[in-house]
Amino acid sequence: MKRHDVVLIGGGHNGLVAACYLQRAGLDVLVLEKNAWVGGAATSRDTGTGVTFSNCSYVCSLFRPEIMRDLELPRHGLQVIAYEGGVVFTEDGDYLAAYRDHDAHRREIARFSPRDAEAYETYARDVTRQCRFIQPLLMRTAPDPVSLKPRDIGELLWLARRFGNFTAEEMAATARFWTMSIADFLDEYFETEVLKAYLAISGIIGTALGPMSPGTAYVLLHHYMGEVDGSVGAWGYARGGMGAVTQALASSFRASGGTIRTDAAVEKVLTRGGRATGVVLDSGEEVAARRVVSNADVKRTFLKLVEPADLPEPFLHRVRQFKMRGSSGKLNIALDGMPEFPALPEGCRCTMGDMHFSDSIERLERGYDDWKAGRWSADPFLDMMIPTQLDPTMAPPGQHFMSCFVQYCPPKVEGRDWTDADRDAFAETVVSQIADYSPGFRDRIIGMEVRTPRELEAEVGLTEGNIFQGELTFDQLLFNRPVPGYAQYRSPIPGLYICGSSTHPGGGVMGAPGRNAAREILRDMRLSPKEMRPAHDVL
Amino acid sequence: MIAPRRHPAQDHFRQPLTETPFHPRLAALCETESWYNWAGQKALHSVYDEELEYFAIRSTAAVFDISPMIKYRIRGPGAEAMLNRLTLRDVRKLAPGRVQYTAWCDDAGEVLDDGTLFRPGPQEFRLCSQGRHLPWILDTAEGFDCTVEDESTAIAGLALQGPASFAVLQAAGFSGLETLKTFNIRDLPHEGGQVTISRTGFTGDLGYELFCPAEAALSLWDRLWSAGAPLGLKPIGYNALDRARIEAGFIVPGTDFIATDLALRADRARLPDEIGLDWLVDPAKTQFNGRRAIMAARAKGGPRHVLVGLEVEDNTPAVGAILYHHKKREAGVVSSAIWSPMLKRNIAIASLDAPYGSRITEDLWVEIYALRELRYHKLMKRARIVPRPFLKLRRRTVTPPGLV
Ligand SMILES: Cc1cc2nc3c(=O)[nH]c(=O)nc-3n(C[C@H](O)[C@H](O)[C@H](O)COP(=O)(O)OP(=O)(O)OC[C@H]3O[C@@H](n4cnc5c(N)ncnc54)[C@H](O)[C@@H]3O)c2cc1C
Repeated sequence: MKRHDVVLIGGGHNGLVAACYLQRAGLDVLVLEKNAWVGGAATSRDTGTGVTFSNCSYVCSLFRPEIMRDLELPRHGLQVIAYEGGVVFTEDGDYLAAYRDHDAHRREIARFSPRDAEAYETYARDVTRQCRFIQPLLMRTAPDPVSLKPRDIGELLWLARRFGNFTAEEMAATARFWTMSIADFLDEYFETEVLKAYLAISGIIGTALGPMSPGTAYVLLHHYMGEVDGSVGAWGYARGGMGAVTQALASSFRASGGTIRTDAAVEKVLTRGGRATGVVLDSGEEVAARRVVSNADVKRTFLKLVEPADLPEPFLHRVRQFKMRGSSGKLNIALDGMPEFPALPEGCRCTMGDMHFSDSIERLERGYDDWKAGRWSADPFLDMMIPTQLDPTMAPPGQHFMSCFVQYCPPKVEGRDWTDADRDAFAETVVSQIADYSPGFRDRIIGMEVRTPRELEAEVGLTEGNIFQGELTFDQLLFNRPVPGYAQYRSPIPGLYICGSSTHPGGGVMGAPGRNAAREILRDMRLSPKEMRPAHDVL
Repeated sequence: MIAPRRHPAQDHFRQPLTETPFHPRLAALCETESWYNWAGQKALHSVYDEELEYFAIRSTAAVFDISPMIKYRIRGPGAEAMLNRLTLRDVRKLAPGRVQYTAWCDDAGEVLDDGTLFRPGPQEFRLCSQGRHLPWILDTAEGFDCTVEDESTAIAGLALQGPASFAVLQAAGFSGLETLKTFNIRDLPHEGGQVTISRTGFTGDLGYELFCPAEAALSLWDRLWSAGAPLGLKPIGYNALDRARIEAGFIVPGTDFIATDLALRADRARLPDEIGLDWLVDPAKTQFNGRRAIMAARAKGGPRHVLVGLEVEDNTPAVGAILYHHKKREAGVVSSAIWSPMLKRNIAIASLDAPYGSRITEDLWVEIYALRELRYHKLMKRARIVPRPFLKLRRRTVTPPGLV
């Protein structure tokens, strides 16, 4: 039997990033993906409507430009395009738009509060300062604070120095920022409810917390620290849908000699003498490898694919306690025309960006109350986009793809499993919210893909349907992600690694976990990551 | 179905930049079309010829549209006390009818902005600045009996600068200004309303600033224009003004220092002492924003940065150049620089990192990269610290003003 240098469980974007770097370092790498396609939560497919959907993730900005360059993704077809604006529709028939143009944006906020229009500058500066602190940590392995290895001590010192450079005020601001709720944080700047509601969404998206829950201010950063061509905080679309990211990765991987097998679900990780030696597929086929890397989330990997007896109890305990509660769903809608939003003036470009219907923090928090009770929100918040306004490749002319991220949506309905009837009722809640603001909306729908945590778990393998393979609260980041003592992509089983969003620096289509994991694996194999050029400086 | 509501102000996205009240006149006179964005309003880099516009400032008279300046109206019995808390200087010493150049800081003593504080009446003030500060001023005003109003767009502003500026005003029928001293304000009638005229400016020359309601802007312009044309009155853009202000040694936020509320990098913020504004700080005032930090830094021994005027040998302006001590050790950066037509000297404003500029003031050099037809000339030129203003004109302060 052929023995591979590395076998990767899962062809999500992080798995593919790791695979590319490892293959380029001269290893023989095999990717095993359970689905008939690669991409995990970064995929786009036509489910029979004639319109291509970004089935899970839908906007791109976190994906590290260093990785695009190292792996030559533009050559393999990846193109990320910036988009304009965004809008929150308000219940009184008005709206608050966001514009890329600084002055248009200021004047828009000033419609509601001249004070807030000016306060926005300070807010943007403060959030950018926090991003600038965190950004250099993304592409580094988190130091282990209890290890005495010179490298960990060096990294800890590096972190301490960055802290040391803080003024007393910055230190205080940072400690507060990491622990506050997004609602409290925004109250320090703004008085306009709809503005706060708009900005709060970044603090709770993909997180099973409400805007008033402590720790949500920090989550905001994960949505601000991205960039499109150096424009930090900007968001863009992957041309052709989010699958373009993983298609380019797969193409780059194959071009460097790597092999991908789809429809190849891994059932178990094989061990001998306490060491990982390969995997067995659900077909019973065994695949031997010197090293096994799992792109599946930490729970799936260690609670499903590994024999509990192979793991120390404290580790298993921590894995079980790792929070990855599903909180979101998604509707992908094919439309036979651009929906109308009569509240907006004609020609307003804000429909090119993210659209929402939640105009107060309180409504967001009430939506979360439903989730706590085990129900989907009766009044959910949507993050809705129509990328086909800028991308002609996803739908026939005149038709559109509407991506509708929905929160909150529980992993189980009042403690029991989701049924198809639940799913349809959930979809109806969302459609009726949109139809309230867009006359004739229902008649435009030509097809729809509805995804509750049940569907997300079944397709992508995300435990409980948590979109980030684990919540992005501060207690689960850096050297605590996913498990203290195992934050460096290694596991208690020698030869078994993890590289997905469950690891530092976390979820989102970012690629950083995959790249960091590849670096650690190569280090263990005493190989140098030749084609991994250093992370960009933050000037 | 939710019924849409229409608002008049919604269409701003079609034209994010607004036009100042003088725009129709400027647009008609403009030959360069060199519009830029000044605080969200359309402003001109140059109207017809930057060089000639500069000489209008120094030889005849020039009008510069300062309407985009941010203007806050502060009124009420507590206005003086509030502004005394907000700004560095003692506002109690600012008599009604006078103007103060001043600055204000955050609690860390770091400069938010500099600007001019007008006191048209005992309980009436106007604060003019480059940056917007409404949240900060409103927060400071809490507990003081005063109102704060942003009148930036309601009030039009015009700088009339140059040796003939007094003559232009006189010819336009604004009488009695011969007694108006530097930093004094006077209200004069115009079209049934009033124009506020102050003897202030940003050029170091004889000059005035005129403020009137936006509706009266065009008639004010026309009044000055018909009277001023025979005296050589010319419209100018920012580039000409910038030359004059460097000669006058004035600093500009965003160019010569970074306002602390906009600084992404915390270490870029500056205490007043670090940008040459130490003379504004009135330590006798027991309370003002930033006082404790400013005094603590003084007690700890001198500023960590020093803003200086430089005279650079030779004639190549040193814009953006790095300063070295002994041609080797990096000592600071040049933020503004021109060849001064009035002085026939190569002058610059620079920020040095102490001890350069404080203890060490000799053996300073600037490294200039002069791009000439696709080749860099790398120059290392000696720089001497000289007092600001570089240019001092007697006519700026002589009362009554003459033409020379
Ligand atoms: C609905 C939704 C919307 C999102 N929106 C955005 C967004 O707009 N922007 C953004 O940046 N991020 C978004 N995210 C988050 C982002 O998509 C994920 O964090 C990221 O894609 C995770 O990538 P990954 O490679 O770490 O893991 P995954 O994508 O989870 O990949 C894991 C892979 O492993 C495979 N697998 C699992 N188990 C096995 C097995 N036993 N055998 C073989 N294969 C297996 C899975 O099929 C999958 O392909 C969204 C996520 C979801 C679900």
